[in-house]
Amino acid sequence: MTTTSLAQAPVLIEMPPIDWAASAPLWIVFTGACVSVLLEAFLPRHQRWPVQVLATGLTLVAALVALAGYALSGPGPVLTFGTALAVDGPSLFLWGTLIVLAIPSLLLLADRSVEPGGVFVASAAERAAARNGGGGSGPGGPPEHVDRSYGAPDETPTMQTEPFPFVLFALGGMMAFVAANDLLTMFIALEVLSLPLYLLCGLARRRRLLSQEAAVKYFLLGAFASAFFLYGIALVYGYAGSVSLREISEAAAGTLASDTLLFAGLALLLVGLLFKGSVAPFHTWTPDVYQGAPTPVTAFMAACTKVAAFGAIARVLHVAFGSTVWEWRGVLWVVAVVSMVVGAVLGLTQTDVKRMIAYSSIAHAGFLMLGAMALTPDGIAGLMFYLVAYGFTTVAVFGVISLVRGPDGEAGHLSQWAGLAKRSPLVAGIMTFLLLALAGIPLTSGFTAKFAVFSAALADGMAPLVVIALVASAVAAFFYLRVVVLMYFSEPAEDGPTVVVPGAFTTVAITLGTLATLVLGILPTPVLDWAASGTFAG
Amino acid sequence: MIDPIVPGSGGNPLLIVLLLVPVVGALVMYPLRRNTSAAKAVAMATALLEFVLVVVAWSLYSIPAAEAGTRFQLEFSLPWIPAFGTHLAFGVDGIALAMIALTAFLVPGLMLFAWAEKLPEGRSAAGYFALLLATEATLVGVFAATDVFLFYVFFEAMLVPMYFLIGRFGGPKRQYAAVKFFLYSLLGGLIMLASLIGLYVTSAEQLGRGTFTWAELQSIAAGVPTSTQIWLFLGFFIAFAIKAPLVPFHTWLPDAGAEAPIVGAVLLVGVLDKVGTFGFLRYLLPLFPQASQVMAPLVLVLAVAGIIYAALLAVGQTDMGRFVAYTSVAHFGFIALGVFAFSSQAFAGATLYMVNHGLSTGMLFVMVGVLISRGGSRLIADYGGVAKLAPVMAGCLLLAGMSSLALPGTNSFVSEFLVLLGSFPNEPVFTIIATIGIIFAALYVLWFYQRTMQGPVRGSAVIAALERGGAGGPGSMIDPVVAAERKGTGFPDLTGREIGVLAPLIVAIVVLGFYPAPVLDLINPSVTATMAELGLPDPVPAGGIVR
Repeated sequence: MTTTSLAQAPVLIEMPPIDWAASAPLWIVFTGACVSVLLEAFLPRHQRWPVQVLATGLTLVAALVALAGYALSGPGPVLTFGTALAVDGPSLFLWGTLIVLAIPSLLLLADRSVEPGGVFVASAAERAAARNGGGGSGPGGPPEHVDRSYGAPDETPTMQTEPFPFVLFALGGMMAFVAANDLLTMFIALEVLSLPLYLLCGLARRRRLLSQEAAVKYFLLGAFASAFFLYGIALVYGYAGSVSLREISEAAAGTLASDTLLFAGLALLLVGLLFKGSVAPFHTWTPDVYQGAPTPVTAFMAACTKVAAFGAIARVLHVAFGSTVWEWRGVLWVVAVVSMVVGAVLGLTQTDVKRMIAYSSIAHAGFLMLGAMALTPDGIAGLMFYLVAYGFTTVAVFGVISLVRGPDGEAGHLSQWAGLAKRSPLVAGIMTFLLLALAGIPLTSGFTAKFAVFSAALADGMAPLVVIALVASAVAAFFYLRVVVLMYFSEPAEDGPTVVVPGAFTTVAITLGTLATLVLGILPTPVLDWAASGTFAG
Repeated sequence: MIDPIVPGSGGNPLLIVLLLVPVVGALVMYPLRRNTSAAKAVAMATALLEFVLVVVAWSLYSIPAAEAGTRFQLEFSLPWIPAFGTHLAFGVDGIALAMIALTAFLVPGLMLFAWAEKLPEGRSAAGYFALLLATEATLVGVFAATDVFLFYVFFEAMLVPMYFLIGRFGGPKRQYAAVKFFLYSLLGGLIMLASLIGLYVTSAEQLGRGTFTWAELQSIAAGVPTSTQIWLFLGFFIAFAIKAPLVPFHTWLPDAGAEAPIVGAVLLVGVLDKVGTFGFLRYLLPLFPQASQVMAPLVLVLAVAGIIYAALLAVGQTDMGRFVAYTSVAHFGFIALGVFAFSSQAFAGATLYMVNHGLSTGMLFVMVGVLISRGGSRLIADYGGVAKLAPVMAGCLLLAGMSSLALPGTNSFVSEFLVLLGSFPNEPVFTIIATIGIIFAALYVLWFYQRTMQGPVRGSAVIAALERGGAGGPGSMIDPVVAAERKGTGFPDLTGREIGVLAPLIVAIVVLGFYPAPVLDLINPSVTATMAELGLPDPVPAGGIVR
């Protein structure tokens, strides 16, 4: 069809058959994102925030309902949009994970009580007004600028509402990323999820330079990673003559041709994927971006991007490169060890709480690599359970971080957390619980997740890696513990930060994350069973 | 014989109740945190209720059934995480029940001791008592679990309340000690987790499905290749050796023991560390029988080295808390010797030693706490001649010390004698070396007693206390007669409350010294069963000599 001569005009490109029910969550999210853009264009400024929050929330709920309706009907694996998307057990599970994790992230994002007016920078017009009139963003501003600010004059200042469509687009991209059945679809999904994230990183209301630096760094390195990924696709296509994951696997198993192109291609593909998953040695952006981005965006990135990246890594390794596992596993062993060691050791030296969590995420990425490398049903199930557990804990951790504030925004420096338990025992208690979950103490989801992943890895012949991972866990526990020590055993500083009483949105987000951490630690069976219910199709 | 219950089928809920009562008590402390006296009363009531329930459990435990071959009693089991093959499975044998009883016996007394303790600034008594109850709950869980996964969960979870107990209520270097304690234990626990996962994978290979049920794992233990067993053994052993602690994994204990508040130190050294030696008997020997035999010489070397080395270090200590901690390391060497000598008599001795050491070290720590409450200093050199001022206190300290050095007539003599007697047939050399440790024990206890209690009244802490009480002027020596006359003014003898704390301990120490049969009868069937699981001939049957 496409190989026919160009002279034979007109070439008809037929619409591939689409399984609307199976792909419903995906197109609901993308439709919601487009509607959200339109709302942004047509609504008057003061109505945008409530309408956008409502629209985004409804989109997520609708996508979740569609997903639940489809998943509960017990479908088999489906290839749709031609063979571009694979809606199989892992896809459905990861979609569910992404949507459910997006809800607390969105709540943090939409909150305007913790940081008056929201975490995002005010509009350009408002900032211009602020520059000209020395205010203008609220009751105290000169009257001639009041009409240019968001909200009615007697309301608190508000924020830009572009983040809402950004989040939906990024979420849609992530969902397409984990379900992509060929490398080109995967690349497009990668771009769709990345571009909104680059923008979101640069939108912090406070510490503008740090935020912009983060955005630029993330964008430049991300662009490089995308280029590597694309080049990897080209090499693999050169080897297999196809970008379909299944056909790559068949080509690799069935020929005696030189493997050089295949493995060079895999290496470049992995650079792109490991970059997204912030696996060392492709992690260098992580601390800067986590620190500079507005905290709710960091929460969204830390939880959802991790899910998307590891979902895609697992799919590529399982479906396309499952037949050549013995060739590449040694290299990924090294990557996993480097990631665990870098995360655990450099995390020890951090003094900023967000950077510390960033290094913790690098160490966790190393643990996740164990699950991604274990090419067994238990490996997939363990990996996906780990992603859910880690996502909820991380969102809640960033929610708590956003509450501890000094005079100029969040109290990032660890020393400012001294004696927090005295000032706010509940917040300190929740943070302790979440940190223990990150450290993997039993009765938290972190332990169950580690157990699931490590037992799968051990059963698949990775005993030395499991031992290294456990030692790295012990090292990492030290820096989590340091925060606990500071909060409980140190005396609070005189001019220390205050703990903001959060509004309903942040409260709900933190509660959701904390409860999930507890429930997945004590009664993980339903989620474990769902995670184990299907394997990759394609 | 009572048949073991099918995993996941329910059973006797008493052990669950034993676990939940202190948990509920600890949670109730939160709403009561502003009302200190109510919080203390509720905590004490909870601890007493727990003790009563343990007495009920003891009375329900059937020794004839245990002798007939029932491994666990009062069993309870519900499925927990089917994907991992874990159960919420509880059950006790005689050893576990003895340890639970020791815990429940100590906690009310410790609460009484902590009743009027001066806490660091900004700390509430409700939090203090809540942590004590939480520690008690995790200890009940760790001893009662019959599912290895569940055991691991409690093994790690019990770090958390103890960590806060040390870090929030301890001495001047408490942060350092708490973090060191936590990291050491966590490292051991994570190494054990690797072995735990390995055990699960091995069971999946042997049975076709992974399991954590102790009885099932024990039934396949003999079929696991020795090389696999050795790796799995090492993971568990390191965790237990850190917990117990054996030399060279012991360095956290002197810090933690010295910096923890007295009640925390008693629970830590008296009960929580016994989880390590309990783990030797319950997990290492039955689950890795061949590996235990292969590795026994290594463990015995560490045990005997600990007996001598820690005793020598105890002689040289200047801090009273560290002194007691080092004596404990030496005693843990005796327990480990008894466990790895592989005779049921030595097992019985080691188990009895665990109980007795909890009592004697508990009393020793309490006496140290009493001294510190009078003088404010933790240093041995700051005290002297206390016997002239507070003879009852000195007498109690002497009894605690005599129990610690295993004087005949005190509880520890029976256990130490049993360990040495039971170990001799299999390990004569190690036993003879360990016997030398007894001499050092006499040295460190008597010298400690002599420096602090005997001779003229002296020592900066004592003098300062007397001066605060208006007894004497400046000067490093006080005339004994004057001091005796002014007794009670600055350095009062034991108060009624302190006697209330000590009386049950004294009774237990003396009674078990003359009549250890109740405890021995409880544990003997279980140690015989452990011997059978190990699969070695028994050179000296338990109860053969001492009944």
